[in-house]
Amino acid sequence: MPTQPTLTGDATGPTGTPGGTSGPPASPTRDRQGPSRGPVRPGTLVKIALMAVINALGVFGILAAWREGHMGILASMVVLLVVADWVYFSRRTLPLKYVLPGLAFLLVFQVYVVGYTGWVAFTNYGDGHNSTKEQAVEALLIQNERRVEGSATYPLTVVERGGALGFAIVDDGEAQVGTADDPLSPEPDATVDDDRVTEVPGATVLSRQEVLQRQAEVTSLRVPFSDDPNDGWVRTQDARTGFVAVPSLEWDPEADTMTDVVTGTVYHATSDGSFRSDDGERLNVGWRVMVGFDNFRTAFGDERYAQPFVKILLWTFAFAILSVVSTFLLGLFLAITFNDTRVRGRRLYRTLLIFPYAIPGFLAALLWSGMLNRSYGFVNQVLLGGAAVPWLTDPWLAKASVLGVNLWLGFPYMFLICTGALQSLPGDVLEAAKVDGAGAWRTWRSVTLPLLLVATTPLLISSFAFNFNNFTLIYMLTRGGPRFADASVPLGHTDILISMVYSVSGLDGTAAKNYGLASALSIVIFVIVATISAITFKRTKQFEEIS
Amino acid sequence: MVTTDVTPSSRTASRGDTNRMPRSRWFAELGWRHLVGVVAVAYALFPIVYVISASLSEGGTLTGSNDLFAEVSTANYEALGGTLFWTWLANSLQIAIATGVGTVLMGAAAAYAFSRFRFTGRRAGLTSLLIIQMFPQMLAFVAIFLLLITLGNVVPALGLNSKLALIAVYLGGALGVNTFLMYGFFNTVPREIDEAAKIDGATHAQTYWTIILRLVTPILAVVALLSFISTFGEFIIARLVLQSERNWTVAVGLFGWVSALLEANWGLFAAGAVISALPVLLLFLFLQKYIVGGLTAGAVKG
Repeated sequence: MPTQPTLTGDATGPTGTPGGTSGPPASPTRDRQGPSRGPVRPGTLVKIALMAVINALGVFGILAAWREGHMGILASMVVLLVVADWVYFSRRTLPLKYVLPGLAFLLVFQVYVVGYTGWVAFTNYGDGHNSTKEQAVEALLIQNERRVEGSATYPLTVVERGGALGFAIVDDGEAQVGTADDPLSPEPDATVDDDRVTEVPGATVLSRQEVLQRQAEVTSLRVPFSDDPNDGWVRTQDARTGFVAVPSLEWDPEADTMTDVVTGTVYHATSDGSFRSDDGERLNVGWRVMVGFDNFRTAFGDERYAQPFVKILLWTFAFAILSVVSTFLLGLFLAITFNDTRVRGRRLYRTLLIFPYAIPGFLAALLWSGMLNRSYGFVNQVLLGGAAVPWLTDPWLAKASVLGVNLWLGFPYMFLICTGALQSLPGDVLEAAKVDGAGAWRTWRSVTLPLLLVATTPLLISSFAFNFNNFTLIYMLTRGGPRFADASVPLGHTDILISMVYSVSGLDGTAAKNYGLASALSIVIFVIVATISAITFKRTKQFEEIS
Repeated sequence: MVTTDVTPSSRTASRGDTNRMPRSRWFAELGWRHLVGVVAVAYALFPIVYVISASLSEGGTLTGSNDLFAEVSTANYEALGGTLFWTWLANSLQIAIATGVGTVLMGAAAAYAFSRFRFTGRRAGLTSLLIIQMFPQMLAFVAIFLLLITLGNVVPALGLNSKLALIAVYLGGALGVNTFLMYGFFNTVPREIDEAAKIDGATHAQTYWTIILRLVTPILAVVALLSFISTFGEFIIARLVLQSERNWTVAVGLFGWVSALLEANWGLFAAGAVISALPVLLLFLFLQKYIVGGLTAGAVKG
C-alpha cells in the first residue's frame, strides 16, 4: 500500500509527538529524548558491537583465504563484508537491513551450491578426475614412482617446519632441508653431527618417539629435489635413511605427453581429461574438464544407467503420487469422520492421531524396518502369526511396504490440514446450497470438495515435491533395495531419484565417485519438480479465480 | 500407555448420546465415527507402543521384542550410557535449536521487510525466492560437500566435520518456504499498528522487535518447530558433513546401529528412539494449537 513512505532513517524517529491512545506505550524516557543527536540508543550499541564481531570474523576469514590462496572465497568474503557494513551503517538501506542475514546464507549455501551443481553436471568431476591437470600430473608422477637402482642413500632426519613435516638430509657434506611443498634447499646454518643433521634453525627435530607416533605420515612423505617433478624426491622407510625415488613416467609439458620410461609408451593428453596412449590405454588419474551434455547422455543413454534410470523415474512418480493420494484420502476420511461437533472426545482422537506425525521420520522408518523384518519382525511374527513375508526383500512387496509406511507417517498431516480446511469453509455457501435444496451428498460433491481442494492443493503439491525427494524414508527403510538383479550399478527396486543420486555420487562408498553424473541427475530432478510445481500452481490459480 | 484412554472416552460419548437418539440412528450418525476412531488410533499408535515395549525388554534383540511388555527392565536405557548416544542427542539438539532460532530470526526479518516495505526488487525478490525454494538444498549435496571441503581449507570451523558448518548449511534454507508462510501472516497484522507506533516515536527496529514479533508469535512458533523437526531428522547432509562419530547426530548414529547389526542393537535402538522422539513429541503436544493453526493458515492462504 503506497501510504507514507516507510523508509525512515535508522536513528531518527520523530520524537515527542504525543501519539494517540491506540499505539502501544513506547518507553517514556525515549519520548523525551532529543532528536537524532540525542544519547546513543542501546539498540545502536548492540548494532555496533555485532558489526564489530562480524567485521573481525570477516577480516579473519579474508586473511585466511589470502594465506591459502583461495581467491574465490577471498573475493566473496570481501564483497559480503563490504555489503554488510554498507547496509548496516547507511540510512537508505532499511529493507536490506532485514533481508541481508538470511540473504547472505541463501546466496552462499543455496544459490551458489545450486549454481555449482549446475557446473559440476557439465564436468567429469569424480574419481579419477578430481582436480586440475597440474595436480593430476603430480599425482601420476607420484603414484608411478620407482626407486632409482643403485642410487645413493642419505642420512636423514625428520623435522617439522611451519606446521609441516619435512626431511633434513646431508648431501656431499652439506645440510639440505625441505618439505612436501617446499623442495630441498641448502641450509648452511644447520648443525651436522656425525653425518646427520641434528639441529635446524626455525624447525624442530622430531624425536624417535614422535616419529613413531607419526609413522604413516613420515613414510608417505615425499620431499622433492626441485620444482620439476621429473627430478624425483626423497623418501624414507625407517626415518633414518632417505632414498631417491623418481617417477617412472616422464612429463613433457611442451608436447603435453607422459612417457613411460620403462616401456617407452607415450600417453597424450586428451580432451576428455586423461592421458591416453595410441592403443587406447588410459592412465588412471585424469583431471576435470567440461564434458558438455555427456553426463545427461549417460543418464538417458548408457545402458548401465539408462535402464535403471527409467525404472527409478517411473517408481519415483508412482511413489510420490500414490503417497500423496493415499495419505490425503485417509486423512480426509478421518477429518470428515471427526468433523461432526457431536462426536465426544474429538480433541483426544485428534491428539492421538497426530502422534505418527510428531515422530521424526527417520525414527519411524528405522522402526518399521525392524517391524517388517522377514524373520524376526513384529508384523510377521505377531500380527501374521509367524508368516515369513519378505516385506522388504521382494521387489513388489518392498514397494508396497514403502507406501504403507509412508501412509502411516503422512496421514496425520493430511488429517490436520483437511480438518482445518473443513472448519474454515464459509458457512453461508453451505447454507445457500441447503436452501437451494441440495442434499448432503450433492453439497459435498459440488461445494465442499471443490472448496476443500482449492484450499489444500498447494499443500498437496508441496507434499508431492517432498515425497519426490523423500530420501530419508527410502534410505532408512530399504536403502533402495532389493537390488536390481541385472544392473551393474548399486541401485534397487525402491530407489527413488534422490537416493539414486546419492548412490551414483559415490559419497556413501558403495560405488566409484561420480560427482558429474550425480549433479546431472540432480538437475534432472529439479527440472521435473519445478515443471510440475509451476504448471500446477498456475492451474490452481485459475481454479481459484473461477471458484 | 495412551491407548487405554480412548475406550472410556468413547464409552462416555455413546452413553451420553443414546439418551437422545435410538441406538441404530446413533450408530449411523456418530457410533461409526468412534469405531473408525478407535481403529485409526490403534493403527497410529501400535508401532509406538511396540517401540516402547521393545525399549523396555530385557534382551534387547529384535526377536525378543515381540512379546509386548513381557518384561519391563531399564537395561536398554542404562546401556545407552555406554554408547555415544547422549553425545549424538546433544549434537542433534544443539544443531536443531540453533537452526530453528536462526531460521526464525532470519525468516521473520525477511518476511517483515517484504510485508512492510515497498522497495525496488521486492516483487523480483519474492518471485526468486519462490523459484529457489523449489530446488531443495538436499539435491545439491554433492556441491555442498565440495564447497565445504574448500571452505574448510580456509576456515576449518566452516569445513567438513563441523557442526557449525552444518548449521550454516541449514540456515541457507532459512528464507525459502518459511518466508512465504510468515509473509502471509505478517500481512494479516494491520499496518495501523506500525503507524501508531511510529507516531509514538518508536523506531522501526523497536516496532519490529517489541510489537510486530509479539503479534506474530504463533507463526514464529510454527516455523521454529517445523525447522527444528526437519533439522532433527535430516540425514543426507548431516551424514556427509559430520564425519567423526563424536559429531554425529541422532539420525546418523541410530541409522548406523540399525544398518550395521539390526538384530543385536535393537533394544538400544528402541531406547534411543523413544528418548529422541520425546522432545519433538512434547513440543508438538504443547504447541499443537499453534501448529494446527499454522498449517491450516498455510492451507487456506496457499
